[in-house]
Amino acid sequence: MQNSKNHGRNNNTAGEEDTVYEISQRCLIIRLGKELDHHNAIGIREKADKYIERYHVMHIIFDFSRAEFMDSAGIGVVLGRYRKVYFIGGRIAVASVGTVIDRVLRLSGLYKIVEKYDSVEIALNKLQKA
Amino acid sequence: MKEANTMLLEFESRSQNESFARTVIAAFAASLDPTIEELADIKTAVSEAVTNCIIHGYADNIGIIAMRCSICGNELTVEIEDKGVGIENVEKAMEPLYTSRPELERSGMGFSFMEAFMDDLEVESEPGRGTLVRMKKRLGKPDPLKEYAKETALKGQ
Repeated sequence: MQNSKNHGRNNNTAGEEDTVYEISQRCLIIRLGKELDHHNAIGIREKADKYIERYHVMHIIFDFSRAEFMDSAGIGVVLGRYRKVYFIGGRIAVASVGTVIDRVLRLSGLYKIVEKYDSVEIALNKLQKA
Repeated sequence: MKEANTMLLEFESRSQNESFARTVIAAFAASLDPTIEELADIKTAVSEAVTNCIIHGYADNIGIIAMRCSICGNELTVEIEDKGVGIENVEKAMEPLYTSRPELERSGMGFSFMEAFMDDLEVESEPGRGTLVRMKKRLGKPDPLKEYAKETALKGQ
């Protein structure tokens, strides 16, 4: 959460540099910034994949608590990470999804392969129990 | 009296301009007093169209994207145009999940989202000449859920 102070500033990278990555056992938690579009999807994808390789990540949790905008590029990011972990039995969860993001996720059909939880803590619990 | 307004914005096909275009359309549409959902719909549709110009129209070269917007009554029209490569087969490009650039992790949902989030979508394209996307949205349509809530609240009184 160190980066969350940058919010008031009007910078165009409000999504990518604002994103925080955490590892908990073999779970990667991606705490997304304000916006997830094609522009910051590129950076998030690269960084997430580095974490996935380095820490042998199995499950991934996308934390949307700070996110206010996502378009189909965000769907691509989630779907792409799913493809990275599903063959080793990994699961993808989304947490703290607001109504605006929820509409996009629902419309995309992503909930067929992604689990939704109210918070990162609940998601971690569910994923690490399995 | 019907409210009317128009504006034209031209910007380079750089990916940081995606959020710029969203901010501009949100500010322009503000006079229609959109709901949070309506505003999110418009921003998403614009984001998809602008991203298409950048990735497909100009394929990572820098070109000019034009965004023409107009308000007539409660209807917002947005045209987003590039002078890039154009689309060979518009029908195919608009198929859900179709993407010509899977290596970029494109989900193939751009046109589907524009269709879903706006009331009207037209695409004009000619190979070698460019692509024009015209979208319309009528704001302040009664939301069936909210109307229902209002009705039940009235009955309760």
